[in-house]
Amino acid sequence: MEGLSIFIEQPVRLLQIIVDGILVGSVFALSAYGLALVWGVMKIINIAQGEFVMLGGYVAILIADAGYSPLLGVPLAAMILFCVGWVLYRLVIFRVVDRDLFISILATFGLSILLQQLANQVFGADVRTAESGLVTMSFLDGNITISQIKLLSFFLAFALGGGLWLFLRSSQLGQAIRATAQNARAARIMGIDTNSVYAVTYGLNAAICGAAGALVAMTWVIHPYLGLTYTVRSFMIVVVAGLGNLMGVILAGLGLGTAENIAGFVLGAEYQAAFVFSLLVVILVWRNWRLGLQRRYLK
Amino acid sequence: MSSQFKVFLTALVAIAVAAGGYFYLQGAKKDTDTIVLGAAISLTGKYSTNGSHTKNGYDLAVLKINANGGVKVGDRSYKIKIIYYDDESTPARGAQLAERLIKQDGVKYMLGPYSSGLTKAIAPVTEKYKVPMVEGNGASLSLFKKGYKHLFAVLSTTQFYLKEAVNLAATQAKLAGIDPKTLKVALAFENDPFSQDVRAGVVEDAKRYGMQIVVDDKLPPDLNDMSVTLTKVKALKPDVLIVSGHAKGAALAVRQIADMKVNVPMLALTHCDSAKVIKKFKAKSEYTLCASQWDRGLSYKDSLFGSAEDFALLYEKTYKYSPPYQSAESAASVQVFADAFQRAGTLDPAKVRDALTTTKMQTFYGNIKFDASGKNIAKPMVLYQIQGGKYKVVAPLKWAGAKIVHPTPSWDKR
Amino acid sequence: MGLIAAFGAPIFLPFMTTQIAFLWMMVVFALCWDIMGGQMGYNSFGNIFFFGIGAYVCAVIQRDSGLDWYVAFFLGFGAAAILGVLCAAILGAGILGLRGQYFAICTLGLGIAGGEIASGWDYIGAGSGLSPPLFPGALGMREMFFNYLFLTLALVCFFTLKRVYSGRFGLAINAIRDDEDKAEAMGLRTTRYKIVAWCISAFFVAMCGAAAGNMIGFIDPRDVAFAGVTFGVWMVLMAILGGKGTLWGPVLGALVFHITQELFWTYLLGWQRVALGLLIVVIVVFFPTGILGWLRERRTMSTSGGSEQ
Repeated sequence: MEGLSIFIEQPVRLLQIIVDGILVGSVFALSAYGLALVWGVMKIINIAQGEFVMLGGYVAILIADAGYSPLLGVPLAAMILFCVGWVLYRLVIFRVVDRDLFISILATFGLSILLQQLANQVFGADVRTAESGLVTMSFLDGNITISQIKLLSFFLAFALGGGLWLFLRSSQLGQAIRATAQNARAARIMGIDTNSVYAVTYGLNAAICGAAGALVAMTWVIHPYLGLTYTVRSFMIVVVAGLGNLMGVILAGLGLGTAENIAGFVLGAEYQAAFVFSLLVVILVWRNWRLGLQRRYLK
Repeated sequence: MSSQFKVFLTALVAIAVAAGGYFYLQGAKKDTDTIVLGAAISLTGKYSTNGSHTKNGYDLAVLKINANGGVKVGDRSYKIKIIYYDDESTPARGAQLAERLIKQDGVKYMLGPYSSGLTKAIAPVTEKYKVPMVEGNGASLSLFKKGYKHLFAVLSTTQFYLKEAVNLAATQAKLAGIDPKTLKVALAFENDPFSQDVRAGVVEDAKRYGMQIVVDDKLPPDLNDMSVTLTKVKALKPDVLIVSGHAKGAALAVRQIADMKVNVPMLALTHCDSAKVIKKFKAKSEYTLCASQWDRGLSYKDSLFGSAEDFALLYEKTYKYSPPYQSAESAASVQVFADAFQRAGTLDPAKVRDALTTTKMQTFYGNIKFDASGKNIAKPMVLYQIQGGKYKVVAPLKWAGAKIVHPTPSWDKR
Repeated sequence: MGLIAAFGAPIFLPFMTTQIAFLWMMVVFALCWDIMGGQMGYNSFGNIFFFGIGAYVCAVIQRDSGLDWYVAFFLGFGAAAILGVLCAAILGAGILGLRGQYFAICTLGLGIAGGEIASGWDYIGAGSGLSPPLFPGALGMREMFFNYLFLTLALVCFFTLKRVYSGRFGLAINAIRDDEDKAEAMGLRTTRYKIVAWCISAFFVAMCGAAAGNMIGFIDPRDVAFAGVTFGVWMVLMAILGGKGTLWGPVLGALVFHITQELFWTYLLGWQRVALGLLIVVIVVFFPTGILGWLRERRTMSTSGGSEQ
């Protein structure tokens, strides 16, 4: 546990860990927005969430390989992944929308394996990266470093979150989506084509994840198997924030990133992933216990 | 149970039996003038990239040997053929496949898989069936502590991988008049069998010099971010940072060390070449030390491929990319078998195994001589430093083509 | 007749003994998952957790006891079962309160957390894994031994479940599946039944782990012991493929799944995992009631008022 003693002796390291945690958390939040949407609107838990992030990353990499700036990858991945999501909805997802939630988990799990293995066949299992060309800013005599690409992710997370909120509030399509989320049958009666709404929602989910993926390619590495990491964290964030609570998503995301980093520093890197998954179990049990208290009161 | 259902179930069992029979017949076919080698290779899964390098190495050697008239055993010439199965980068599959190759396909000699984990799963099977296996990609030292008599490895085992880096740090310290005991070492290794074995070798040497290990992180394999470990490194200011985590570890290390402006006088990694760090990160990868089993510039040569450079050129012509050491050591494995077949003068696996124990040859890959446990004790690891965007051999000093630049200049001076 | 085929299989197809052994293991997996998912409505993605526990417990006992191989193994085998049940009871108390999708994902997290924690624990080998001592026996004996062990396990599991389902227990867990709140309102001690069901699952799965660890010969924390993303999910699929909530469904599903997987593997080299993902999607989307369910529907459509059994 030498991490704790380092924090005490050199508090600037704690600051760096927190800063890093917030920045990585914003990328997690990005991949969680779409899940909150899809879960709230379509009542589907999309296990393939992380795979959309991964595919978005490959888009950015292909752009970089072609000689262009991978920063273009962010909007481009969003557009391409929107189409991918939309098509997947029309082909597969629409069949599981009105069914048992568990079926949607399994179906999207199958999709995630399919996408993952396809990526492995097409791109190879190699780790790939893309260079954004952005620099790292350093403060306090090099003791605190913040790479600009991570800062970009941070701002994008807020911007996208805000944009999404506005879109759902004000635009016609956004209102259609909200109406469908509240009561799909009533929405249909009111003339809303819920199937199209679902398709757009799923596509939107994929698009946001794709954008996140492009950022990941420029910040860390991309390989076909990184999907599960983002899927699990998205799920945790949405569970904590609550469905449809976009502000909660970004806060939960930042919190998760920071908690994970601090745990890794204090407990040792080997327990960092164990910490996250265990936290998932703990959060769910705690949440259930809270609900149980309510239930008991009602009894 | 209804009768219709019974029929259905019977049909299903019949299909299963038929499938089994088909596989059995498949195994019954045999070629007479061919020596068949078996190999479980990672064609999918996390090791698939290196798995394909391995396969290419095997295939190129077989191609060259067959083109040169095959292997002479006694007074007959045999061609070599390899049967491959995909182990999906999982040990359970690997063990199953080894058994399938030996029992169903009748293979009597095996070539190794990629990675120590898979070799660890397959070795007990080949040992059980007394099938000699020559491998070039399972470097874990623990493989050679089990008393296996049928396992032979052409590569340098894990403890050698980054020993040179520790030795180099100690040597540089002494040159500067500093006692190696005062050196601080930081370790970041992925938590998988191979990387942990490399760590064991490094720790052993560090302790021998009395160096202090200030960071010792085991990175989870699905972790995509080393920043936590690197913040610790910045806090504790070690003299040497050693990282091993396959290609992902190398890529993350180079990228994030540059991003976070971590200043370490010496940085040593494994898998720089498979991560293509020079191509990806250019100036950021400068001054990094990289461990390698082989370099095409070394002056080894043999009668099949010629020099190391000749092999590299042939490989590039065939596969359109420069051969990483995984391919070289795989090709050498086949050469070792060919040599053993010829010296044994028979195809009897027990005699071939005995011939393998007395192997003493030079290949384009390096010198090969097996000790009693089956590991190659005649070939040292090579340490590169990236200088001017190229890999330059800086250790061992006997083969060095360049002098190490040490300590690495800090980031604000680059 | 089927039993003769089952017992005789490894004699007729000796090179496939390990694959057949795995088949019986898959049958146990599918049956045990079905107790939770099919009969009780609690879809668990984390049953593999008990497999991992079983594998490690047995291997550690074999490593540290210094006893004769057979003694150590059966000791470990038994200890694995006991510890598996204990974990199920303790974890169940906390986790079985979760409903539906939360339970599913929580157990998924559990399965993966198991792997992560195991790879940090040096006593059991951490990331380098653990190798149980080699089987002391002649060529081919090892596969035979494990094959019959797994077959026995599968048979015991099947008949135990048959017995258990036909009694009060079966009715109780079906009631929980159909409407848990009503069941509880009617006085059923749902928590107790839920925990017992999970303990039964854990019992057999842990023993599978103990045996499998020895059969494979090398226990890797993520790829063998807590193989959440492979075995962990396959057990769900097999039960669904065959028809969840029935006794023969999981058996059938395991058979079809395992054979299909082996075929994919041999003939679609490189693309077998892609085919697997596709298969999962197809099964789940088009055959949610499984083969048995599909057959049943066909039969009720073609013969009106037909009875089964």
